[in-house]
Amino acid sequence: MTKIVPLPEAVSALVGDGDTVALEGFTHLIPFAAGHEIIRQGRRDLTLVRLTPDLVYDQLIGAGCARKLVFSWGGNPGVGSLHRMRDALAHGWPRPLELEEHSHAGMANRYVAGASGLPFAILRGYAGTDLPQHTDSIKSVTCPFTGEELAAVSALNPDVTIVHAQRADRAGNVQMWGITGVQKEAVLAASRSLVTVEEVVDTLDPVPGAVILPHWVVTAVSVAHGGAAPSYALGYYDRNNATYQAWDKISRDRDLFTEWVEELSK
Amino acid sequence: MSYTSDEMMTVGAARTLRDGQVCFVGIGLPSRAANLARRLHAPDLCLVYESGTIDTKPEKLPLSIGDGVLAESALTVVSVPEIFNYWLQPGRIDVGFLSGAQVDRFANINTTVIGEYDEPDVRLPGSGGAPEIAASCREVIIVMRHRARAFVEQVDFVTSVGHGGGPDDRAALGLRGRGPTRVITDLGVLEPDPETAELVLTALHPGVSPEQVRAETGWELQISADLKVTMPPTDRELTTLRALESV
Repeated sequence: MTKIVPLPEAVSALVGDGDTVALEGFTHLIPFAAGHEIIRQGRRDLTLVRLTPDLVYDQLIGAGCARKLVFSWGGNPGVGSLHRMRDALAHGWPRPLELEEHSHAGMANRYVAGASGLPFAILRGYAGTDLPQHTDSIKSVTCPFTGEELAAVSALNPDVTIVHAQRADRAGNVQMWGITGVQKEAVLAASRSLVTVEEVVDTLDPVPGAVILPHWVVTAVSVAHGGAAPSYALGYYDRNNATYQAWDKISRDRDLFTEWVEELSK
Repeated sequence: MSYTSDEMMTVGAARTLRDGQVCFVGIGLPSRAANLARRLHAPDLCLVYESGTIDTKPEKLPLSIGDGVLAESALTVVSVPEIFNYWLQPGRIDVGFLSGAQVDRFANINTTVIGEYDEPDVRLPGSGGAPEIAASCREVIIVMRHRARAFVEQVDFVTSVGHGGGPDDRAALGLRGRGPTRVITDLGVLEPDPETAELVLTALHPGVSPEQVRAETGWELQISADLKVTMPPTDRELTTLRALESV
């Protein structure tokens, strides 16, 4: 049975220095609270994986937690750029950041391969683009039936995947709905998983279109009310757009950012 | 009613969408234009976002692709692997609606870096869903502001393939959609020449001169013999657009 544990304990037990860590949530249900706990615990040398690195990864990168970023779109959605990420890439502040860059379709299929116990995935992708010249995990493969050349991408198998969901029951079965992105694939591809939830309930009443993660594929569940804020949690809260806009200013300035980290760690 | 060049661009882009089409939409200018079209001449336009929302009818413009208004108003919401593998990749989408930081004379798009990849002058967000949208939709419409730094001879990085280096390149690469058929800007409309696949100026927005467009284009822009002038935005188009932006 999945353990329901406090978030600091879960992060301490499941996320180690040097790990490959995926925090997923396709602009909805972003696990901000867990990301902030990783910053508080001062993890280092992480390989961070995520289709859409946005504020939470900008914060982790700025706080010096990351060595490498595996991604397909990095920005402050609807606002602009990630300035901590840019500073790390351009000036190595607070430390250099290595990139492994894909398209969304490539990243999604890498998780599918990882979740399926396969070494790679195939897709129609990347033909004619400049990405394969810079990314070793994109190669081509010849179809054994038709002879057609297709893109091959290596499987993603994070050490730990962290996602946020609306709720779990007391056994640790997880239920999420609305835009559920690649969370199921990312959890099933990982060696360990942590799910933060808005609430723990006695019974998971059915919700149309919900994704269920059975307790036996979830390592730990932690209750984090508002754990996806300032992003959305459908049925619980909307995105706090002011925070996204304010981040543009904070992230442009190392001093303002450093104050932000200190405030977070109090 | 008076209007801005951005409003002309958005209205022009909205007009290119036909009722009943299935349209894969990116956030920003494309999303604004597609939602405008749905409120004007194309009520049955089917909007698909890469977050997995199919046939979504948002009451207000989504702030991001994860916005709850997209999920709550959708016919169905599918996973991200599914939206790319089952819906986009096999060619089920009529129109892909894209924007970018740079576009070149063969309508290739760059959203990755300005300058060299390893030491860029400007690091941009990256690919997102665009490369496969550009590859697999039956056709692609590009909407972006017309500036010399954005309309370049050759993009610094090919994030999404338009027509490669000429008319036969898409077929040679195995790309199954037709690629970009139109670029709508705040100055006019460019379309690929049927013989060469190079973008040529086919329409000017009212009050814009060919010299102005050439000054903002980084290659020797050819001008169509049949150069048209875009119809200015109607009062209905403008009031609908402004209402959409004010929510």
